[in-house]
Amino acid sequence: QEAAKYEKKVMVLDFVMPTPLGNSWGLGGTCVNVGCIPKKLMHQAALLGQALQDSRKFGWQFTEEVKHNWMTMAESIQNYVGSLNWGYRVTLREKNVTYENAYGEFVGPHTVKATNKRGVEKLYTAARFLIATGERPRYLGIPGDKEYCISSDDLFSLPYCPGKTLVVGASYVALECAGFLAGLGLDVTVMVRSILLRGFDQDIANKIGEYMEEHGIKFIKEFVPIKVEEGTPGRLKVTAKSTKGNQIIEGEYNTVLLAIGRDACTRKIGLDKVGVKINEKTGKIPVNDEEQTNVPYIYAVGDILQDKLELTPVAIQAGRLLVQRLYGGATSKCDYVNVPTTVFTPLEYGACGYSEETAVEKFGEENIEVYHSHFWPLEWTVPSRDNNKCYAKIICNIQDNERVIGFHVLGPNAGEITQGFAAAIKCGMTKEQLDSTIGIHPVCAE
Amino acid sequence: GKNEYDLLIIGGGSGGLACAKEAAQFGRKVAILDYVEPSPQGTKWGLGGTCVNVGCIPKKLMHQAALLGSALKDAQHYGWNIAQPVDHTWSVMAKAVQNYVKSLNWGHRVQLQDKKVKYFNMKGSFSDPHTIRGLTKAGKKTIVTAENIVIATGGRPKYPMHIAGALEYGITSDDLFWLKESPGKTLTPFVFNVSLECAGFLTGIGLDTTVMMRSIPLRGFDQQMASLVTEHMESYGTKFLKRCFPTKVEKLESNRLQVTWKNTELGTEETDSFDTVMWAVGRAPDTETLNLEAVGVKTNSETGKIIVDASEATSVPHIYAVGDITEGRPELTPTAIAAGKLLAQRLFGQSSELMDYDNVPTTVFTPLEYGCVGLSEEAAVQCYGSDNIEVYHAYYKPLEFTVAERDATQCYMKMVCLRESEQRILGLHFIGPNAGEVIQGFALGIKCGATYPELMKTIGIHPTCAEEITKLHITKRSGLDATVTGC
Repeated sequence: QEAAKYEKKVMVLDFVMPTPLGNSWGLGGTCVNVGCIPKKLMHQAALLGQALQDSRKFGWQFTEEVKHNWMTMAESIQNYVGSLNWGYRVTLREKNVTYENAYGEFVGPHTVKATNKRGVEKLYTAARFLIATGERPRYLGIPGDKEYCISSDDLFSLPYCPGKTLVVGASYVALECAGFLAGLGLDVTVMVRSILLRGFDQDIANKIGEYMEEHGIKFIKEFVPIKVEEGTPGRLKVTAKSTKGNQIIEGEYNTVLLAIGRDACTRKIGLDKVGVKINEKTGKIPVNDEEQTNVPYIYAVGDILQDKLELTPVAIQAGRLLVQRLYGGATSKCDYVNVPTTVFTPLEYGACGYSEETAVEKFGEENIEVYHSHFWPLEWTVPSRDNNKCYAKIICNIQDNERVIGFHVLGPNAGEITQGFAAAIKCGMTKEQLDSTIGIHPVCAE
Repeated sequence: GKNEYDLLIIGGGSGGLACAKEAAQFGRKVAILDYVEPSPQGTKWGLGGTCVNVGCIPKKLMHQAALLGSALKDAQHYGWNIAQPVDHTWSVMAKAVQNYVKSLNWGHRVQLQDKKVKYFNMKGSFSDPHTIRGLTKAGKKTIVTAENIVIATGGRPKYPMHIAGALEYGITSDDLFWLKESPGKTLTPFVFNVSLECAGFLTGIGLDTTVMMRSIPLRGFDQQMASLVTEHMESYGTKFLKRCFPTKVEKLESNRLQVTWKNTELGTEETDSFDTVMWAVGRAPDTETLNLEAVGVKTNSETGKIIVDASEATSVPHIYAVGDITEGRPELTPTAIAAGKLLAQRLFGQSSELMDYDNVPTTVFTPLEYGCVGLSEEAAVQCYGSDNIEVYHAYYKPLEFTVAERDATQCYMKMVCLRESEQRILGLHFIGPNAGEVIQGFALGIKCGATYPELMKTIGIHPTCAEEITKLHITKRSGLDATVTGC
């Protein structure tokens, strides 16, 4: 969309390889179809379930029995996602960007082959190329995984209620999904190989896990599935082995959701034909700070980049700035430092900057100061729930005027809270400036 | 010295309590007097001041009750099956809110005890610059002397005394939160944020609510934002009688209230009956019984508020004032608390830090919330000239509204910046859910001198409403459509 503004002749190839269970979707990528958007909407559905309970304490009266209908929710969400797919197609058309629903792969210098659903092939040439193929969920590589398990690629459009679910993984995807499924009233178990939310502040990760456990989500820790097969009719039998010994356990579930990680879609797009180097182990593409691969006319943005954050806003920013540099004479590069993020678990977690561990590692424990506090959102007092579960901490660099280098908040609306603090961190805020800012009362952010 | 206490505070509200607790940390002998004169309707409450008892806290809780009513409607779109009808019972809500407030009263008393601050439940007045006469409810007198005295008695709602029946039959926010029974069909004349917030949640819990306004809503706030707030309330179900003002209130045989008002636009006189009339015509500083004249503490002749300098000092040495009682200060809990704390630190902690009243963020908790920090667009234009400011704006739709099929017409944000190269941010305005949570961090950024380019370099968190602030790029000057589209 940005390139079209500079009146460049632009083409977009988008194609969704169906999931092992045959699921597919429209234009827009992961975020719109099987990521941020449907995830947040299902998280909202779960939060509304909690709101229903709270509302009784605030004087609202309605029947005791409140049930959730998965199909109603899934249909509403899919309708909205469909409107976004449509919106993108219209926008591309309006901006004169040529869109083809075809699988693109390099066949030679400056040349790409596009194959559509019906197998029809076309060749296109371009002065420059941008690879933004993103990732897809990884499978376990155990018997029954592709036949019986679903992934986040399937969950959001599942045409039946998942029922009793086993979520395999400890990524934010795993925890967010487990969280909202439980919030909708389903029996949820999470099977974790080792730690929760690798790469995130571990102190907070543990608090998130604790909160989920207190709210009825079961955790099976230090086990990995080794086989998935049919169990009693309508159910799947999962066999798992301990990572610490020889113990084997079995369990039956209606649904097994794999969320163990994502793999870059870079292996089958002909990168070898044009000499674009990828990290053989991870499949990710290394780029310089201008998103350029080792082949000067080929660029890359988004989840496929090596050592960059897998986030929609980062991809958008990088893509826009790249185009502005290529065609608009701009020089701004994407700033990957202090990118804020939020995990939409039942107790939301917003963060920007260093985790406590990485701050200690980089600066030394004696050179950082951590200020922290538990808090109780006013809205939770009347329903008397979860006192002292919400938590906030900031990590300051003592040697640099107590500059705030890490911000972490665990509580409702964590994303809304964190955004502004991320802007302040970008402005180099210090603890003193934070102290001198007046709070808004009564809110959690204060 | 000869004085009993190092510090005596009159008024146990946000400012007074913060000051007392801070001073006690320095090992000082501190005493605090708190007394609540019952409202004309007879309502009274415990320790903690306006915020805790008849302000921010119960207001936000009742606002939450109303928001939950909307959540119930939304929930059905998200698959939750709730059998209609859904009813709201005032007494369940009021009791829960009042119980929580009482727990805060208790909490404050315990804290004072823990910090060894002497608490007197007495009404204080000056005998001389270091002597306070305290009077209990029963009329018992106590004399207390102190080296330093802080006046933090706050304010109470005003009654429009020129309107017949206003005092006898009307209530104010002092009474609303303590009502045991539903206020029923309610009229709130005049439009300060309190009346809009109350009208908002009363509508939200299903009550027939009317707001009467003579001229503009939310005076002092950005008027474009104020209009959007009231527009939303109208579409939400609150009735507005514009360009009207009440002339009298009478009691009917049914015990309902008959209100007569003038419609200045049509030049007519109209009447209607209500169960409750809640006045929100402003607050008057609580200085009448302090006997300030006896010690010479100067007040502003127009507002009656106590005049203080940048260090919160009054015209009399060793007498200070903080909070709503002080002239020219925002009537907000956090500023009172900060001012109280800093004052104690300056008096006893060798600090010289003064309170910074610039860029204080605030939020109006109407059904669609409005959070802001810095200058309104009008103030910026007045200060710098419209050629020297740039206003970036956007209409956006919260993701959660999509499936819920909610109207997002008034979900809007704007950033007022200086136009010159650095583009420093002068003001930020946001209407939408969780406005307070959104604005707080940005207020911090503005305190750090944030500029528009710095904000644009900040990556958004997706999907949130707040991220739209980091994506603002359409200016009012361009005249382009400011509706956010797509992901």
